[in-house]
Amino acid sequence: MYWILDLMILTLVIVCAIGAITIKDLLGTAILFGAYSFMMCLLWAIMGAVDVAFTEASVGAGVSTVFFVAAIFRTTRRTRD
Amino acid sequence: MELLIKEIIGKYNYWLYIILMMIGLYAIIAKNNLIKKLVGMNIFQTAIILFYISIGYKKGGTLPIIEIPHGHHTISPESIDISKYINPLPHVLMLTAIVVSVATFGVALAIALKIYKEYNTLEEDEIRMRLRGK
Repeated sequence: MYWILDLMILTLVIVCAIGAITIKDLLGTAILFGAYSFMMCLLWAIMGAVDVAFTEASVGAGVSTVFFVAAIFRTTRRTRD
Repeated sequence: MELLIKEIIGKYNYWLYIILMMIGLYAIIAKNNLIKKLVGMNIFQTAIILFYISIGYKKGGTLPIIEIPHGHHTISPESIDISKYINPLPHVLMLTAIVVSVATFGVALAIALKIYKEYNTLEEDEIRMRLRGK
């Protein structure tokens, strides 16, 4: 039963990763990267690594995204690739 | 042949981890924007963490917590079945790896900010051109 959920989340992870590196706006990259981190966190919660999952949810999806958005506001959203 | 297909499908986590790692590597090498390179680095790191967590996973296993009934203070070692617990050692290692990855990301963003202040761009080829012009 779990493997359906597992495969769905793994597909979403790969879609988010490809989207994050191909989108032509750095703010969009930040949002998609946050979604990627949160999907990873769900994957680890499914695999029984609860401690890793909540560290990733707070540190990876939370603090990283805040740093990222702050850095983008201080520099530029423009990107060529 | 059937055994091979079963092995490939049964270990889909590992295949997807390889795909994620290659996406990260591609972003580090081929992308021109410095922030995109950082995102690629982070994707690479999380792919490796996914690999380690997959190693510790056991089908049908539970968390390694011993349940002692209320009022009892001792438990006999024979009543613990190790084979149904998930291996917690990779989890502990990967906790450290997550914290290290966030620290690396923060320092790299600070350096990218400094580069932007100096050159007024985040594109690698423009910075190279500016460096060659000096």
